[in-house]
Amino acid sequence: MGFIELYDISKIYHLGEVDLPVLKGISLQVARGELLALMGASGSGKSTLMNILGCLDRPTSGEYLFDGRAISGYTAKERARLRNRMIGFVFQSFNLLARMTAFENVLMPLMYCRDRLSEREMELRTTELLEKVGLADRHHHRPSQLSGGEQQRVAIARSLINRPQVLFADEPTGNLDSRTSEEILALFQQLNQTDGITLIMVTHDPGVAEHAQRTIRIKDGLIESDTAFLSAGAPL
Amino acid sequence: MRLYFTLKMALNALRHNVMRAALTTLGIIIGVAAVITMMEIGKGASLAIQRAMASIGANTVVVLPGSTNIAGVATGSGSKVTLTPQDADAILKECPSIDWVAPVVRARVQVVYNNQNWVPAYVYGTTPRFLDIRDWTEMQEGEAFTEHDVLNSSKVCIIGQTVVKELFGGESPVGKHVRIRNVDFRVIGVLKRKGANLMGLDQDDILLAPWTTLKYRVVASTLSGGNQSSANSANTAETSTLSMIYPYLQQNLYYTQTTMEQLDAAPPIRFTNVDQILTSAHSGDIVSSAIQDVGALLRQRHRLRDSDPDDFYVRDMTELTKTMASTSELMTKLLLSVAMISLLVGGIGIMNIMLVSVTERTREIGLRMAVGAEPNDILRQFLAEAVVLCLLGGTIGILLGRGSSYVISLVLRWPTAISIEAIVAAVLVSATVGIAFGFYPAYKASKLDPIEALRYE
Repeated sequence: MGFIELYDISKIYHLGEVDLPVLKGISLQVARGELLALMGASGSGKSTLMNILGCLDRPTSGEYLFDGRAISGYTAKERARLRNRMIGFVFQSFNLLARMTAFENVLMPLMYCRDRLSEREMELRTTELLEKVGLADRHHHRPSQLSGGEQQRVAIARSLINRPQVLFADEPTGNLDSRTSEEILALFQQLNQTDGITLIMVTHDPGVAEHAQRTIRIKDGLIESDTAFLSAGAPL
Repeated sequence: MRLYFTLKMALNALRHNVMRAALTTLGIIIGVAAVITMMEIGKGASLAIQRAMASIGANTVVVLPGSTNIAGVATGSGSKVTLTPQDADAILKECPSIDWVAPVVRARVQVVYNNQNWVPAYVYGTTPRFLDIRDWTEMQEGEAFTEHDVLNSSKVCIIGQTVVKELFGGESPVGKHVRIRNVDFRVIGVLKRKGANLMGLDQDDILLAPWTTLKYRVVASTLSGGNQSSANSANTAETSTLSMIYPYLQQNLYYTQTTMEQLDAAPPIRFTNVDQILTSAHSGDIVSSAIQDVGALLRQRHRLRDSDPDDFYVRDMTELTKTMASTSELMTKLLLSVAMISLLVGGIGIMNIMLVSVTERTREIGLRMAVGAEPNDILRQFLAEAVVLCLLGGTIGILLGRGSSYVISLVLRWPTAISIEAIVAAVLVSATVGIAFGFYPAYKASKLDPIEALRYE
C-alpha cells in the first residue's frame, strides 16, 4: 500500500455560472521516501493537485488516502492538525513573517502543535534545525536581512520543525539564482536520502526535475506521463 | 494553542506597530478615563447632595407613640402614652444603625420677656443630640445646653431667630431670662437661621430646653397626675435615672395613695413618657433597616405579643430619601451614559483597525493556516490582540481617569470620590468592547481559505 494514494481525484471550480474543471480524474500513488517532481505548464492544474495533496484544499470528488487515512471527508480543523503534524510546506516566495526573526519564524508552527512541548525543548529543536540548514549564526536576523537562499533555508527549517513525513515544495527555486538553487536542491536530496522524508516538488524547470527520482507531468488536469510507469495507475 | 502563546503572539504583533496600537487604543483610553472621571465626579456630587439632604433631615427616623382606640374611636397618633426616655436610651444602645437619639417633649406655651410675649410654634424639651440630628449645631450666639443640664433639669433654653425677633427686638438675648408658665428660664444660646422647612413652616420659631425641665417643671403640672403621683409604687428599676434628677420624689412631697386607692386606680404602667423620639440613621440608605431595628426593639421593650399591633409609629422622611436617591442616581446614570458613548466610539475604532490588520496580514494568516493553525487558533489570536489592546487601554484609562478626577477636585474644587465600581466596570467594559468589536475581524480572519490567503497580494 502506498503512502499517498489518489483515486480519480477531480476538482471543479465554480466561477459564476461556468464550471471550470481543473483536475479531471487523477489517480496516483506515492511510496514513502520518494523524491517526486510534479511538472506541467502553468494552468495545467499542478498547483491545484499539490494543494489537494498538501491537505490545503479538498477535491470535488475522488478518494484521497494519506497514510491509510481517508482525507476527503476531513473538516478544516482536522486537516489543519494533519498539516501541522505530518506535512511541511516550502513556497516559491518563502512566505516568512517579516517582523519575526529567523528563529521565531522556524519556531512558529510549534506553537500550533498539540504535543505541549516545553519552551526549552522548542528552542532546542529550532536551534538544531537552523544548524542543519546551515544558518546557526543567523538566529536573530529578520528575513529582510537575509539573502534569498538563506530565506529559503529558513523556510525549509520551518517546514521541518514538526518532523513531518512529507514535504511539499512549490517552485522552491523559482525565486533563486542557479547557484543557490543547486544548494537548496542538494539540501532537499539530503533530507530525502538521510532523513527519509517523502518530497514532492512542483516545478516547471526540467533542470530541477532532474534531481527527482520520478517525474509526473500534468497536462490539462490529467497525468500526461509518469516516469515510474510501473506504479502509475493513471488511465491515459 | 496555549493561552501563553496566544498572549505572547498578540503582544508581539502589537509591539511591532506601537504607534498604530497606541492610536487605536486611544479611543478606549479616553472612553475609560471618561467613565472613571464621570463616575467619580458623579459619586462626589451625590455624596455632596447626600450631605445636604442629611442636613435637612433625610436620615431622620421619628418614633411616635401609638393611637388609643376607645370604643372604636381612634384618637390619632401620640394619644397613647407608650414612649419612655428609657426607650430612647435603649435605641441608642442596641440599634447600631442609629447614630443619634433625642427624646422630645412638646409643649404649646407662652413665653414672656419683660412686656413682650410670644407663643413659639415649637417648644421642645430635648437633649443636645437634637441639634446633631437636625444638623443645627452651629449657634448664632452663646452655646447649647448640655447633657448635664438635662440631668439637672436646669432652667436654661436656646431660642431660634424668630423668637429672638419677637421677644427681644434688637437686643442680644443671651443671659436674659424668659418666663414660661411662671418658670424662669435663662437664655444661653441663639440658633442659626434655618428658614422654612419643606412644608413652609418657620423652623426658626423654636425654643429648645432640656426635656427634663420642660417635662417636670413646666408641662407635668398640667398633666393628669395619675402616673406621676403613683411614682412611689411604680417599679423602682425604671426610676433610676429620674431619682438622680429628682431625689425629692422619695420625700413624699405629695399626697400618697392608700392601698385601697391604689387598688382602685388603673395599674400604673409607666413612670414618665416623651412625646416623640427623634433618631438619626447612620446614612440615608440604611434608613429602612434602621426603621426595622427600632421597631423590633420597641416591640420587645413594650412586651408586645406577636398578635398585638405596634403601640408606636416609626416614620422616616420618605419623600426626602426618595428625592435624594433618585437625584444622585439620575446624575450618575446621565454621566455614565455620556461616557459609555465615548467607549463605544473607541470600540468601533478598534474594530476598524483590526479589520485593516486582518486584510494586511492575509498572507500571514494563510501561512499560519498552512503550517497547521486551526481556524480557532486564528480567531483567538486576533481576539487576543483586540482584548489586549482594550485592556491595555483600560488600564491606562483608569490611571488617566483617576488622575484627571484628582486634578478636577484640586482645580475646580468639585468633590470627587474614588469609585471601585467604576474601575471594575471600566475593566469589564473594555474587555467586553475588545471581545465584541474584535470578534468580527477575528472571525473574518479565521474563515479565510488558506490557499486564497497565501496567494493574496
